Amino acid sequence: MPEDPKSSEAPNPAPSGEAKPAAPPAKPASAKPAGPVPIPWDSPLSARLKEQFGSGIEPFSYLGQNYFQSEATLVPQLLHLLHDEGQFDYCVDITAVHYPKRERAFDLLWILYSFSRNERVRVKAQFADGAMVPSVVLLWPTANWLEREVFDMFGIHFEGHPDLKRILLPDGWKGYPLRKDYGIYQQDQEWVQINLGIESGQ
Amino acid sequence: MNDWRTTDSNASGPVQTQPEQKTFLDASELVINMGPQHPATHGVLRVILKLDGEKVLGLECVIGYLHRGVEKIAENRTYAMFNPYVDRMDYVAAVSNGLGYCEAVEKLLNTEAPPRAKYIRVILTELNRIASHQLWLGTHALDIGAMTPLFYTFRDREEILKIFEKYCGARLTTHAFRIGGCQYETYAGFEDDVRNFLNFFAPKINEYEELLTTNRIWVRRTKNVGVISGKDCIALGVTGPVLRASGVKWDLRKAQPYAAYKEFDFDIPVGENGDTYDRYLVRMQEMRQSMRIIRQAVDGLPEGPIMAKIPKVLKPPAGEIYHSIEAPKGELGYFIVSDGSTQPYRLRVRPPSFVNLQALDVMCRGQLVADVVAVIGTLDIVLGEVDR
Repeated sequence: MPEDPKSSEAPNPAPSGEAKPAAPPAKPASAKPAGPVPIPWDSPLSARLKEQFGSGIEPFSYLGQNYFQSEATLVPQLLHLLHDEGQFDYCVDITAVHYPKRERAFDLLWILYSFSRNERVRVKAQFADGAMVPSVVLLWPTANWLEREVFDMFGIHFEGHPDLKRILLPDGWKGYPLRKDYGIYQQDQEWVQINLGIESGQ
Repeated sequence: MNDWRTTDSNASGPVQTQPEQKTFLDASELVINMGPQHPATHGVLRVILKLDGEKVLGLECVIGYLHRGVEKIAENRTYAMFNPYVDRMDYVAAVSNGLGYCEAVEKLLNTEAPPRAKYIRVILTELNRIASHQLWLGTHALDIGAMTPLFYTFRDREEILKIFEKYCGARLTTHAFRIGGCQYETYAGFEDDVRNFLNFFAPKINEYEELLTTNRIWVRRTKNVGVISGKDCIALGVTGPVLRASGVKWDLRKAQPYAAYKEFDFDIPVGENGDTYDRYLVRMQEMRQSMRIIRQAVDGLPEGPIMAKIPKVLKPPAGEIYHSIEAPKGELGYFIVSDGSTQPYRLRVRPPSFVNLQALDVMCRGQLVADVVAVIGTLDIVLGEVDR
């Protein structure tokens, strides 16, 4: 492996390479300037949705991948439209990202794919801790387990989910491991002691 | 029994539970537990079955026994340090996991592996697809009662594992690729080994097929068992051979080509009926197609570097990326959020086995209890990947 790159190899047509001028020991701040940035995404679909929702959604494209940054209240309508009119018939994944310092602490993501158009799109919206996120089980039945996993890992509640309960962790577990304030060594000691009969899982 | 009713809820979308029968002595329904230690669940999967005699009325999967918090671990490791962890998800197709992860991070870095590395990746990934399908075939046939294929497939899978071992020193959790390309140049004789394997293996698939394809017991146990329509597959997010056996011609290697797949000529085998027998046929054909790809890749293996110029300390620019590949089980996706530091801010794995397992309920309803074993086998799940 080369010691330090003068510029990264960028076979992609995208003009913005990820050349990092700084030497490795530099502080993280120097890593940012040369990075690619999201650019507005222009397509018939985004224009059509933009027309309907106005400033409520912003279509972006990052490294060739398209997404809508949407207001939380518009999410049910937007997903409905994407499903019915946009032919996004396959819900690839639903997941969340926790930003504890932000007022609305969670980014919710719906990754969609359309078989007929061979196109992917992501819908991204911010929700506050404790807010109800609309469930999409009726649109895409696959969301059932995906939403349960988000609930299990982040404690995000989905409104309209037929049976929202933990899926990977035991039912009685306390805490939501993928939140940033949940430590990597942290465990529900009480649960471990009662159910496994040992002092600690660590 | 009341417990079951309150927790019955796997019913999602296409199929709904039948209305409850409220009789004085409700003896027709039986709730039985299968697993988590059961040889036919291919790991630690617990299935709660609601039966009417031999007929399955519904079932619920209880998973999570192998949950290790892979996504949490990723947030606490650097990009390179996390690489070996992905091998431990779908441990029978570790090479595919590694390929998906490396390509996702490369995308985040806005770089690409050099052509030679891409070809090596394709060869090893397709070998791994064959190995994964072999293991599926052996165990699936064993579940149904045919013991011989297990010995045949494990005998032949050994040859693939030997190539992996010679290439990177490991047989199962290979950690074969690095972000930016490959760590190792191919060893002397690699191409001959791969060609020898192809010549050795071509007649072996016929051998498997001779044992099973027209075998009356096999056909009776698999035809019209666990039928799922293409529409239901899409609604339930089912991908991979299961989707293709239901007649949907969709393969990420063709739909959104990654690595070097654009340069190879191969077909996507599809089924018609979406039953267990068609899924068997599709996977058998896939092994043949994989051999075609490997042969083209070995013959056209370009010269050149095997590692892109990437910094020693990886700090991808802040941003989010989703990248997915066609793993042997279906669409394997990685969603990575970078905050510009050396560790992923968030890493989400979209595991094919997890999503496919959700369809078990739909596929088993109305079937006989013995068919549940066949359907679990035909879904080809790996619990390490379901639970992560």
